[in-house]
Amino acid sequence: MFLAGETVRVKDQWPEATGPVHIRTPWYVRGLEGEVVRCLGEFSNPEDLAFARPAEKRPLYHVRFLKGAIWSEAKPDDELLIEIFGHWLEPVGQERP
Amino acid sequence: MNILETDSERLLTAVRSLLERKGIISTAEVMERMASTDAASSGQGARMVAKAWVDPAYRVRMLEDGTKAAEELGIVMRGMPPLGVLESTPEVHNLVVCTLCSCYPRAVLGYPPFWYKSASFRARAVRDPRELLASEWKTVVPDDVKVRVVDSTADYRWMVLPVRPAGTDGWDEERLAGIVREGDMIGVTVPAV
Amino acid sequence: MDKETKRAHHDLGGVSKFMCEPVDIEPHGLTAFDREVDALRQMLAAKKLMTVDELRRGIEAIPEAEYHRLSYYRRWIRSIADNLMVHGVITETELRAELEGS
Repeated sequence: MFLAGETVRVKDQWPEATGPVHIRTPWYVRGLEGEVVRCLGEFSNPEDLAFARPAEKRPLYHVRFLKGAIWSEAKPDDELLIEIFGHWLEPVGQERP
Repeated sequence: MNILETDSERLLTAVRSLLERKGIISTAEVMERMASTDAASSGQGARMVAKAWVDPAYRVRMLEDGTKAAEELGIVMRGMPPLGVLESTPEVHNLVVCTLCSCYPRAVLGYPPFWYKSASFRARAVRDPRELLASEWKTVVPDDVKVRVVDSTADYRWMVLPVRPAGTDGWDEERLAGIVREGDMIGVTVPAV
Repeated sequence: MDKETKRAHHDLGGVSKFMCEPVDIEPHGLTAFDREVDALRQMLAAKKLMTVDELRRGIEAIPEAEYHRLSYYRRWIRSIADNLMVHGVITETELRAELEGS
């Protein structure tokens, strides 16, 4: 579990490359650091639901990213708020997979 | 030929007949579902916004739990994804998009509009929201107001509680609800008098 | 940004080729076809025959050029038919026979 205010990194993983998948983590935040705003609850893992497989409940977080860290367009302190499942997040400081 | 490349209208007719013949759906059920879906409209979200503007306790409950706040006004939320409410303030302007598909707070706003589902809106909203809002909707977010883009990627659906416009002092809920448009609750426009 | 080349084609946030494309903000009413497909999807979900994630998977499986050419609900009916066959609710043989008869 991650706590509100914690800095996390979105895993820099690309399962799309290896076969049919259904991913709810947008490409543009992968590998980037953000801040956990809050946990939104637990939801069945869409990556399994999409293939009618048994789906475990997974925590879903609202994570904030500074826009300037992603794109160079004007106003770098504007922000993005994105729902990301816990299994796509890692604590910052841990080695990348 | 891949059967899925069949003309869409023919595909729908064939799928519907097969499902009806198998007793899985009925025509009456389809009609009923179409009617109940048509009934949801942005007027429902507008009622929530107007109530939040006049009733501070409701505003707090709405920001805490959008689903319960909608149900308080008699909006049917059963079977719907949880609703989250994002409060815009004089410091922060919220904009909702779904870059992966077209997740939309349908229970309180109705069918998503055409533009919300378009590739260009989905692409531009997260990357250059100020330019998008200014060029397409003439909505200019002042430099000292932060833009927060909410990419609706998973199980929640998000609506914006916009800032109450000046010049509406003393208005009742019904009159206030009348000025709240669909786009105001997604953040492409702001309510105006 | 080289990450952009690794994205799936439906994963559209910030994609460079759309940045200069205008957004059509005019209202477009739904057709009877659109509303029927929408209703059908809801009914199949309510009957536990297809989750919204399965619908999305089927949409994402549409090749890129087709995905952008097809209207929103044309993508949906294609995914719905795909999923119903995956689950054996209807078979391809049945669907072909139905299409030939119509």
